[in-house]
This record gives sequence, structure tokens and C-alpha cells, in this order.
Amino acid sequence: MNPMLNLWLIPILPLAGAAINGTLGKKSSRQAVTTIALFFSGAAFAMALWVAMRFSSLSLPYTEFFAHWIRSGSFTADFAFYLDQLSLVMLLVVTGVGFLIHIYSVGYMWDDPSYYRFFSYLNLFMFFMLTLILAGNYLLMFIGWEGVGLASYLLIGFWFTKDSAASAGKKAFIVNRIGDFGFLIALFLLIQHFGTLNFGQVFSAVSPLPAETASAGLLTAIGILLMVGACGKSAQIPLYIWLPDAMEGPTPVSALIHAATMVTAGVYMVSRSHVIFQRAPMALTVVAIIGTLTAFFAATIGITQTDIKKVLAYSTVSQLGYMFMACGVGAFSAGIFHLMTHAFFKGLLFLAAGSVIHAVGGEQDMRKMGGLRSYIPWTFLTMGIATLAIAGVPPLAGFWSKDEILWKAYQASPVYWAVGVITAFITSFYMFRLLYMTFFGDYRGGQKDAHGHASHGHDAHKHDAQGGHGHGEPHESPMVMLVPLMILAVLSLVGGLVGIGNRFEHFLAPVFDSGLIAGSSEALEGASHATELLLMGISVLAAFSGWFLAYFLYNQRPELPPKIANGLNGLYETVVHKYYVDEIYAAVFVKPLIEGSTRILWQGVDRNVIDAAVNEAGDGAKHISDEVRHMQSGNIRSYAGWVAAGSAAVIGFMVWAWTVGR
Amino acid sequence: MVPLSYYLLLSGFLFACGVVGFLIKRNIITIFMSIELMLNGVNLSFVAFAAHWHALAGQVFVFFVMVVAAAEAAVGLAIIIAVYRTRETLNVDQVNLLKL
Repeated sequence: MNPMLNLWLIPILPLAGAAINGTLGKKSSRQAVTTIALFFSGAAFAMALWVAMRFSSLSLPYTEFFAHWIRSGSFTADFAFYLDQLSLVMLLVVTGVGFLIHIYSVGYMWDDPSYYRFFSYLNLFMFFMLTLILAGNYLLMFIGWEGVGLASYLLIGFWFTKDSAASAGKKAFIVNRIGDFGFLIALFLLIQHFGTLNFGQVFSAVSPLPAETASAGLLTAIGILLMVGACGKSAQIPLYIWLPDAMEGPTPVSALIHAATMVTAGVYMVSRSHVIFQRAPMALTVVAIIGTLTAFFAATIGITQTDIKKVLAYSTVSQLGYMFMACGVGAFSAGIFHLMTHAFFKGLLFLAAGSVIHAVGGEQDMRKMGGLRSYIPWTFLTMGIATLAIAGVPPLAGFWSKDEILWKAYQASPVYWAVGVITAFITSFYMFRLLYMTFFGDYRGGQKDAHGHASHGHDAHKHDAQGGHGHGEPHESPMVMLVPLMILAVLSLVGGLVGIGNRFEHFLAPVFDSGLIAGSSEALEGASHATELLLMGISVLAAFSGWFLAYFLYNQRPELPPKIANGLNGLYETVVHKYYVDEIYAAVFVKPLIEGSTRILWQGVDRNVIDAAVNEAGDGAKHISDEVRHMQSGNIRSYAGWVAAGSAAVIGFMVWAWTVGR
Repeated sequence: MVPLSYYLLLSGFLFACGVVGFLIKRNIITIFMSIELMLNGVNLSFVAFAAHWHALAGQVFVFFVMVVAAAEAAVGLAIIIAVYRTRETLNVDQVNLLKL
């Protein structure tokens, strides 16, 4: 029998923080808001650590019933929680990275007039994300899933007075709805065929079913629909378009929600549903192909971006593609491993980028940076570590997890592996390009007073609020921002070491071991150790050659990139415009929808049918009344006349009825 | 024996005369008499039915109606005299205000 862990407290704590700050924050001082926000997110982290410490004494999966929610016939969905190795990893990552980003935000958002609102939203996000992770059934997970979407919308549009931020928020929300549609249909299918959404019951109902290798069946359908949901939340082709726009939000939000935690919810959901996916090889293939394509295409777009946050955004999309590639080849633990290391180094990259943006007064265009190494040494150091980590330089975190994925992908199909390695090369290239453009060479920002605050700085809002805070020279961020950077840098350095000797995989093995695709890694381990080392060498080579190419093009010969770009003008233009995907979507989906709504639904149905019917009813009543009101003259004898006429009519009718009735 | 329908037709004719008189006449006395005519038209149908069905209820009703009509005539004529004294007219179109 398991001890009572009171898991429900973990999500409730940040909710309390959100409620307190949301209702009382406006009147409170910044110190009070800070205390509340940090206390509740920190308490959630502490509780997660406490759970982790008692973890070994639990019999897994640990389930906890908190309260009744829906009981309808034999169908039940309760406020119940589910803890196993997978949720524990997610729990620690979300609360840990989340807490660090809360601390960082104190420094970053200090001058914002809506300081309390920011922290209220951030805590609200933590609540929903933890609900998503700890949920004991798909429906509660869906609540968290929608809730993080809401928090994401609120935080992308945090500076809602700016038109681009407001529309980016809407875009994220609407694109996510498309994915959620798939998720919901998958849930309906589960209810219809298994009559339950509780993880334990669904998994034990699915387990005896054979794998649908020959033809696509129910599980394939559920798997693909779940993947549609994951595509929306985790920004995969074809629904990735919202994530780059989401960079309109404050940088800590990009770090927490759009890099480290929320966008990985899709990977978590697919891994959680591994029992279904493992029995639907076609759905897994779909996952792998989507992941591989996304990884590659997003990386190529990343090369051409000049906005520091956009580069990181496409990089996030690309890295999420890696995770789905891992899931798609059945290596769920490798995907989760990459999810964890990615949370460390991508969170760090975004926070460091925020620190850079802070240093140069809201500028985000890398062409106006350069030479910042000497101004902001700590930011440079931490960002350098993160760049090495994401590029896959051993022995940093990214190397271990990416290599694990590539190795598993190779076992499934060398094609995935080849695309993965090319992507790794591109990743290394664009990340070092970012590093060289930002920190090396000469400072190109100049001393101009304008600083492009209004036009370029996405975070300009904040700096406007400072009111004439002179940004003569780039300056280092305060300690409250640097300490989270350093902690994350340490995690990026050593976070991958838990993967040595497949320890991480063995830790997660009880979750993913379904006895269906068992032992593949164990069997191949000894036989192809040489192959693994060779592949590892190739991916390290890819990382270093990307580094070298970036060094050569952006440090040694900075005049070359524009020439190369001109040399392949057609291709370059296409990539700069992100393959015109936004334009294609606008032409294929958005414009017909708007036109159809305007012409047919608004001007046709609404105006000419519904409005017309209502107006005609009103006008008709008015016209008839206009005629009939003459009856009401005020002359008593005319009333008497009407009474007489009415009686005569009734009598006439009765006589007529009597005669006809005969 | 005179058939019932004759009585009823006469009754309806009397009633219709009363209604028409009520509607088109201006003199208050004539209107008053038209009302009496309507009452008597109804009375006629009452007694006709009473005779036809050999039921006394109709005849009793007629007595009640006559009593009420007499009372009404007394009150109505008093009002008419009072109106005439103050307005010096019996034209109802000129007596359309309750106050003077």
C-alpha cells in the first residue's frame, strides 16, 4: 500500500499563487507579488523534490484519488492523479525550470507596469501544466492541455496593446484548436470503444490487443488523432506556424512555455499513450515522418532568421521534431531524455537571449548586435554553454540525448538517421551563427538614441516603461537574472550524464516496457557497439563542421554570407520567407474562410436571412398595427359597433357551420 | 300554434333594431330606449323558449330582467335629468367628458 503523497497539492499551490496575485496583486507592492509568486512556485518545486525522494519506496504507478468529477453510468472521470517514472521526470523538469524562470522574470519584468498580472499568468500556467502532467485520466489531462493553451494565449498577448502581440496570441490559440479537435476525437473513440479514459484502465484494455501491422484499425486512428493534437501543441508540421509568432510574448514566457515545458506536452502525451502507439505501427510511422520533416525544415528556416528569438523559436520546433522522431521509432525514453535536456539548454538559450535583449535595450535584430562578449561576459558564457549543448558537442547535455535519438533512429531506418544528422549539422551552424553574430565582431547597435525601440524591440514595452533609461552601452543583467542562467548552464553541462550507460532509459523502462517491442536495444547493444560509436563520431563531426562553417562565415569572412545568399537568390528568398507556409495557409485556409464568412455567412445568411427575418417581423408588426390602431378611436360607439360586428361575425359563422354541418 | 322560429326571428329583429339604434342615434333618450328594446328582444326569446320547453326558468328570468330594467330606467332617467340640467343638451357627442 502506498503512502499518501497528496499530489493534488502540487498543482494547487501555483493556482493559489495565481489567485492571490490575480486578485490582490494590483494593489500590492512588487515585493509582495514577488514573494507570493516565488513562494508558490518554489513550494511546488520543493514538493516535487520531496515526492522524488520518496519515489523509490512507492509501488508504481502510484495513483491518487482526489475528488469525484464526472460519474455517468459506467463512465467515470475523476480528479485523480497518476505518478510513474515518466510523470516524475516531467514534474521535476516543469517545476524546476519553471521555478528558475520565475526567479529570472523578477529581474526581467521588474519595470513592467503589469508586473502582478505577469506572475499571476505564470503561476496559472504552472497549475495547468502540472495538472496535465499528473492527470490520472485523459480528460483531466485535456483540462491541463487546454489550460496551458489558455495561459500561453494570455502570455503571448501579454502586451496586448501591441497589435502584433494580440494577433500572435490569437494565432496560437486558433492553430491549437485544430490540434485539440484531433485530440478530442481520439478521446471520443477511446470512450466509445473502451468506455473509460483512466490511464490504467485504457492501457490494460489496449494491452491484450494485437499490433495493427497489416491494416490500419482503431488504434491507428486513435494514434494519428492523438498525434494531430500533439502537432498543434508541440508545433509540428503542419501546425507549427504559431510558435515563431509566439515570440511576441515576454522572453521568460518564450523560455518557459514555448521552449521548455508547454510545447513538450505533445511529446509527453504521445509517450504517455505509448501503449496505443506501440500497437499502431502506422501511427508511429506518421509520428516519425512528421518529426523528421519538422526537424529538418524548421532547422533550415532557422539559418536565415535575423531575429534572435525567431532563430531560437525555429530551433525549438526543430528539436521537438527530434523528440517526435524518437517517439516515432519507438524510443520513447530517448524522446523524453531529449525533452529534459532540451528544457535545460533551450530554456537557458531563451533566458540568455532575454538577457542580451535586456542589455541592448529591447533590440532583437542580431544584425544590430555583435561584440557583446566583453559587455555581458556572464550571459556570453552561459549562452555559449547552451549553444555547445544544443549543437551536440560532447559531453554536454544535448550530445547525449541527440545521439541517443539518432542511434535509435538508425536502428529503425537509416533515412531518419541521415536527415537527423544533416539537421544536427544545420542546428550547429545556425546556433553558432547566432553566437558569432551576437557576441563577436564589433557592436553594430551604435549609440543612436532611437534604438529602434518602437519599431523593432519586441520587449520595447518594458523599456519604454523605464522612461528614458539611457542605454548608452550594453550592460550586464542583474544577479536575479544571472543566477538562473548559471544554474541552467550547470544543468546543460551535466544534465546529459544521467544518460550514460542507458541509466535514464532503464529508469523509464518500467513505463515503456510493454513486452511488444521489447529488448530491441538490449539485443543490438553488444552486437553493434562499433556501429554506435561510428554514428556517434559522425554526429560529433556534424556538430563541429557546423561550428566551423559558422565560424568561417560569420567571424572570419562576414562579407561572404550576403554573397552566398545572393548566389542562390531564389532558394534563399524562399527560406527567408519560411517557405511561404504562412502565405500558403493564408491563401488556402484563412482567405477562403474569411471570404466565405464575409460573403456567405455574414452578408448572406446573417444579414439577408436572419437579420432580414427579424427586421421583417418587426416592420410587418408595425405596418399591421398602423392599420389596426384606427379601430381604437376612443369613440365608445365605434367600439360598440366593433362588438356588434364581431358578434354578427360569430353568429354568421355558427349559422354557416350549422348549415354546412348538416 | 306559432312555431318557435318566428318568435326567435322577431326577437333577433328587435335586438338588431336596438343595436342599430344604440349605434346611430345621438339623443341619449333614444339610446336609452334602444337598450330597453334590446332587453325586451332578449326577454321575448326567453319566454318563447320557456313556452317551447315547458320550463319556468325562462319566465322567472324575464321577471328578473324586467326588475333590473325598471331599476336601471329609474337611475338612468335620473342621470339624464341631471345631465340635462348641467349641460342643457342630450346629444351624447357633447357629453364625452365626465368633468364640466
